[in-house]
Amino acid sequence: MKKKVFLLCSVLLLSFSAQAHRAWMLPSATVFSGKEPWLTVDAVIGNELFYFDHVPMQLTGLTITAPDGTTIQPENSAKGRLRSVFDVPLKQSGTYRLTVLNQGLFASYEENGETKRWRGTADSFAQAGIADKKALKVLEMMSRIETFVTSGKPDTRTLSATKQGLALQPITHPNDLAVNEAAVFQFLLDGKPLSDLSVSIILGGTRYRDKTEEQILTTDKEGKINIRWTSAGMYFLETDYKDDQTSIKEAKERRLSYSATFEVLP
Amino acid sequence: MYRFLFSSLPVLWLALFVLPVNFAVAAEMQIEIDIPKLDVAEYHRPYIALWIEHPDKRAVTHLSVWYDTAMKNGGGEEWLKDLRQWWRRGGRDLSMPVDGISGATRPAGKHHLRFGSDHAVLAKLTAGNYVLVVEAVREVGGREVLNIPFQWPPKEIVSISAKGERELGLVKMTLNQ
Repeated sequence: MKKKVFLLCSVLLLSFSAQAHRAWMLPSATVFSGKEPWLTVDAVIGNELFYFDHVPMQLTGLTITAPDGTTIQPENSAKGRLRSVFDVPLKQSGTYRLTVLNQGLFASYEENGETKRWRGTADSFAQAGIADKKALKVLEMMSRIETFVTSGKPDTRTLSATKQGLALQPITHPNDLAVNEAAVFQFLLDGKPLSDLSVSIILGGTRYRDKTEEQILTTDKEGKINIRWTSAGMYFLETDYKDDQTSIKEAKERRLSYSATFEVLP
Repeated sequence: MYRFLFSSLPVLWLALFVLPVNFAVAAEMQIEIDIPKLDVAEYHRPYIALWIEHPDKRAVTHLSVWYDTAMKNGGGEEWLKDLRQWWRRGGRDLSMPVDGISGATRPAGKHHLRFGSDHAVLAKLTAGNYVLVVEAVREVGGREVLNIPFQWPPKEIVSISAKGERELGLVKMTLNQ
């Protein structure tokens, strides 16, 4: 029970303060060949990239989209003390999109002199009956964590970005990234290009170097950034945004975050 | 045989004057690859791919890919992506095995390949500057890529070579008119 509370707190912390920790999926590889290769993924909330140093990621919001657009289930899912793990048999040729979407409302209010907390969805908020509570603060949160893998020839069927919240529309194929080449990624907010968004890109292996070596890029008028990969490896991309486009009037603010893992090959 | 050769010579000469460009393209390519013998704890024969890169870097002409073709259910294809550059340059577009291109891995030593003027690959090669690329990757070992730039068709008999440092020895390409 204690552990559960602790995990819930971590998730809350993550959602309330996007910079507190990094949430990522680490695929065993992103480029596959052969008849039916297997992918395995670690899913973690932690600090260093890409090490298991804090808590496992909850996988309730995981969606694996196969190249033909169907949703497939992970296999051998397990949650350890420091990481979640799952496998995916890549039966189809093409590009898979893996997304962990966490969204909901977080409320705090006062009751009998105590601060109470509530978590739920826009639908369950009305039923919770807390709309009139004293010192009510409601925050809407939406975080999207992604990675892409390809078996055989890369294709673009799963690359169209969602029109909900903060999303990535890859212009350069995310499984066709090579060192010393440039990649163009576009960011969308509710389906529309988002300009002036600050995006952070960090190469993994942070434990073995003193400098973070973070690239911070800002999206242009079309919501695009142009990334130049300086070395091969797994990269972590992260960005967040806030606005007032909430789904209920009691929530004054909507906080959105997007993070993704990309592999750049030599 | 000789009589046939001599008697057909005038016809050949005539063809050379009438169709100078087309005839010139009918040259042949010979490639010699030295796979080095390595003193390592665990040795597996390398996967090797040979291809011709066109000036725009996008289009490629596949010559050969040697991989573990003996495994059941095409199991050896699982590591084809480790020929990273070949995979990205067009290997991933192929459906293995490909007749005339795919073959089994080869042991350490010198290997000769000949692509005659009648070879489908060379017959389609238009005049221009190209690069012959040889990529080798070894299970639990390293990877190496060698580039040999050349002009096609050759103006004379040319022999160009590149020497690998680890996974490939000397690679020599000879173009005959």
